[in-house]
Amino acid sequence: MQLLLKGGRLIDPPTGRDEALDILVTDGRIERIGKNLSESTAQVIELRGKVIAPGFIDMHVHFREPGYEYKESIASGCEAAAAGGFTAVCCMPNTNPPIDDESIVHFIHARSRVALGGLVDVYPIGAVTAGRKGEHLARLAELSAAGAVAFSDDGESVYDAELMRRALEYSAMFKKPIIQHAEEPSLTKGGVANEGYPSVSLGLPPMPRIAEEIMVARDIRLAEYTGGQYHVAHVSAAQTLDHIRNAKAKGLPVTCEVTPHHYTLIDEALSSFDTNTKMNPPLRTRDDVEAMKAGLKDGVIDAIATDHAPHSYDEKEVEFAQAPFGIIGLETALGLAVTELVRKNVLSLYQLVEKLSTNPRRLLHLPTIVIAEGEEANLTIFDPGAEWVVDPSLFRSLARNTPFGGMRLVGKPIGILNNGRAFWS
Amino acid sequence: MRRLKAQIIDTDGFDRTLTRLAHEILEKNRGASNIVIVGIRTRGEFIARRVADIIETVEHTKLHLGSMDITLYRDDLLGKLEQPQLKGTEVLFDINDRDVILIDDVLYTGRTIRAALDELADLGRPRTIQLAVLVDRGHRQLPIRADYVGKNIPTSANESIRVHVKEVDGEDAVLLMHPEE
Amino acid sequence: MPLHSKHLLGLDGMSREDLQLILDTAVSFREVLERPIKKVPPLQGKTVANMFFENSTRTRLSFELAERRLSADVLGFVATGSSVSKGETLKDTARNIEAMKVDMVVMRHSAAGASHYLSRVIDANVINAGDGSHEHPTQGLLDMYTIREKHGRLNDLHVCIVGDISHSRVARSNIFGLKTMGARVSVCGPATMIPREIDRLGVDVYHHLDDVLPTVDVLNVLRIQLERDAGRLFPTIREYRQTFGITRRRLEKAGRVMTIMHPGPINRDVEISADVADSEHSVILQQVLNGVAVRMSVLYLLSTRN
Repeated sequence: MQLLLKGGRLIDPPTGRDEALDILVTDGRIERIGKNLSESTAQVIELRGKVIAPGFIDMHVHFREPGYEYKESIASGCEAAAAGGFTAVCCMPNTNPPIDDESIVHFIHARSRVALGGLVDVYPIGAVTAGRKGEHLARLAELSAAGAVAFSDDGESVYDAELMRRALEYSAMFKKPIIQHAEEPSLTKGGVANEGYPSVSLGLPPMPRIAEEIMVARDIRLAEYTGGQYHVAHVSAAQTLDHIRNAKAKGLPVTCEVTPHHYTLIDEALSSFDTNTKMNPPLRTRDDVEAMKAGLKDGVIDAIATDHAPHSYDEKEVEFAQAPFGIIGLETALGLAVTELVRKNVLSLYQLVEKLSTNPRRLLHLPTIVIAEGEEANLTIFDPGAEWVVDPSLFRSLARNTPFGGMRLVGKPIGILNNGRAFWS
Repeated sequence: MRRLKAQIIDTDGFDRTLTRLAHEILEKNRGASNIVIVGIRTRGEFIARRVADIIETVEHTKLHLGSMDITLYRDDLLGKLEQPQLKGTEVLFDINDRDVILIDDVLYTGRTIRAALDELADLGRPRTIQLAVLVDRGHRQLPIRADYVGKNIPTSANESIRVHVKEVDGEDAVLLMHPEE
Repeated sequence: MPLHSKHLLGLDGMSREDLQLILDTAVSFREVLERPIKKVPPLQGKTVANMFFENSTRTRLSFELAERRLSADVLGFVATGSSVSKGETLKDTARNIEAMKVDMVVMRHSAAGASHYLSRVIDANVINAGDGSHEHPTQGLLDMYTIREKHGRLNDLHVCIVGDISHSRVARSNIFGLKTMGARVSVCGPATMIPREIDRLGVDVYHHLDDVLPTVDVLNVLRIQLERDAGRLFPTIREYRQTFGITRRRLEKAGRVMTIMHPGPINRDVEISADVADSEHSVILQQVLNGVAVRMSVLYLLSTRN
């Protein structure tokens, strides 16, 4: 099987390359790169004006298997990832049982190898604490050896300072980051929405921004104290970024990610009590959204990750307070990135590729994707100019919980190549 | 839009008609001692006030005068296309054992009067209820008749009668309008 | 002009015209309540379901009376002991009730936004009878009606709401409605019970009664939830009473006559002293009566909206 990718703009941050080239892929391997290639036996894919990039990774997804396969399975999650232009994902450990045991890591690997023939790399993230209960360390060495790429109790904060200290110390031995869901729980008890418009006007119990900020400030000091690697999941508050900015200035191994919804939507979207505007961290203010964009632009924010959190229709069809937190994001991520960031001059396409591929892979210590002759093709191909309207009924994900239905977006995945396989959107 | 077909009563005729109605009411009730007057909103309220004024002048007495908004008692309330605005009922006196003179501008199907009778029954138990109207245009749909009629005007069902009173419309007149075009 | 919405979910965003229409129409129903036969027929043949997922005897009785006085058929539903405890969702419960051909649903629920949600899943008119800490629009309307009845207007009056503003649906509905009608609204209470960023709603904030009372026309005293957060928002009832309790002495010191309101039920001698609650300037019982008229007005206007 031969594919000739014709005239696409190759954006490859690891080599700094950004030019229109032809790429000939034979049996999943890059055979030739150059100008004006031709190969009579190859299927030609015309890509003028389109972008070819090293495969995107979403370093923060919730595939609900094992335990909640009715929300999303590894198979359906991988399809959603492929349709969204991602060749890799990192799945969070809040499954049932949680990923606090090597057998679950192996199980996820096994499942992902059969989903779409192993097209999408699924990297499990292990739990920080046993059972995600926040009491004792999980078996991080064992999880690490089995292939966990990072550790997180995402969905819950590691709120016990001593435990966080130990986790940072311990995980540093294997050079794996601790990914913190930063939320000081005593400040958000019972909360369902940002403190501000939703709490003042809608009477919703508040989750103040300072709950995130305080936890990050504490953790950065702990990271500095222990020398551990620390990554903040889904930053949402402007002040949080100031702490991370300072930590980076000091040269600490501190990184962070932002979700598309936290740079796109504000808390006033809650006015109709749509449960698809309920997520944790909650939607914040316009100032926070602007701060997220500024953070992406100046590099304080390393990565874009979706926090893809599938829930069944029934689970979200309830009163706001009763609904679970979270929305899906894999299949709208690229469109929101181009629409909100590239089109609004926050990021160049080159910088966008860094946030969706190069940076997250680097901070997770995953091998760099090399786009060179003889290398295996791990590519994301997308059309930065395609306009489309989000129709959740067409999603590959099992879930439909998105607030973006009906939204007009620019930027659409064309397909991905990985592990000898291809997927065309 | 409806066009004017004929003016049935002019300003002078209007006054004369009301004066005659007042006298008939007095004659039948042998004076004003037990009567109270209730006008049906909107136009009936003003006609009731005029009739009451005439009676008060003639009899040198003061009458109880009230007004009723029968909207809540309409039988077509839940089907109507446009929601009528409630103007409220003001009958601030006891109607028990009194002779209630119920006054409206036009008697047509009788449904308004049916509603008014129901509402009056909720306000008390009068000795009699008598109906006075400025115009009776026929086409009754209920077994109701007026005790005092200013003028009988035969109409076709698709014509309409418009009563103007100077308090609202700037002039006193009764107009017969062509069918809707 | 009929009301803009087929539901009454809150006073936030409701137009001046709609508020005015409800209040004006309530005047007619207030008259009905003075009649020997306090019943009129406009909702004959309509069925109203009162779904109370949270206990509130007063509000439920007031709605029920309003519905009966409009000749509606009334279906009562109190959550305790019903299917809710068996894990049925609000959607299923509501749809089942609607399947019995109910025309309107009046709902009290502990979750903010529950009536918004309900209005999306059923066709019947929805009236919010209190949703969590969000809104209690008919309470806001009856308070406005009572103020207007007493003072003849709403614009340029200074209405001060005293108590736990953060958790009060009554406060929110009052603020939204009164601000739209041009009143000056202030809130007074412990800093722990005033939501951050309340200035978004255009109200003035006070933490000392003596600072605000000298300019107040209407004092709306909220019920203090004795059990709320067990000592985390205020230390003791005694301290609350001494700091924010409305007493005759405190009012005399302010040297100003003001109308006293309370949504009930009153904790006598906690947030308000008995002599103030029973004083000539107290309109607490008028609020109860006006509540029926205002609810009749809302039920009537929504059901005849077509």
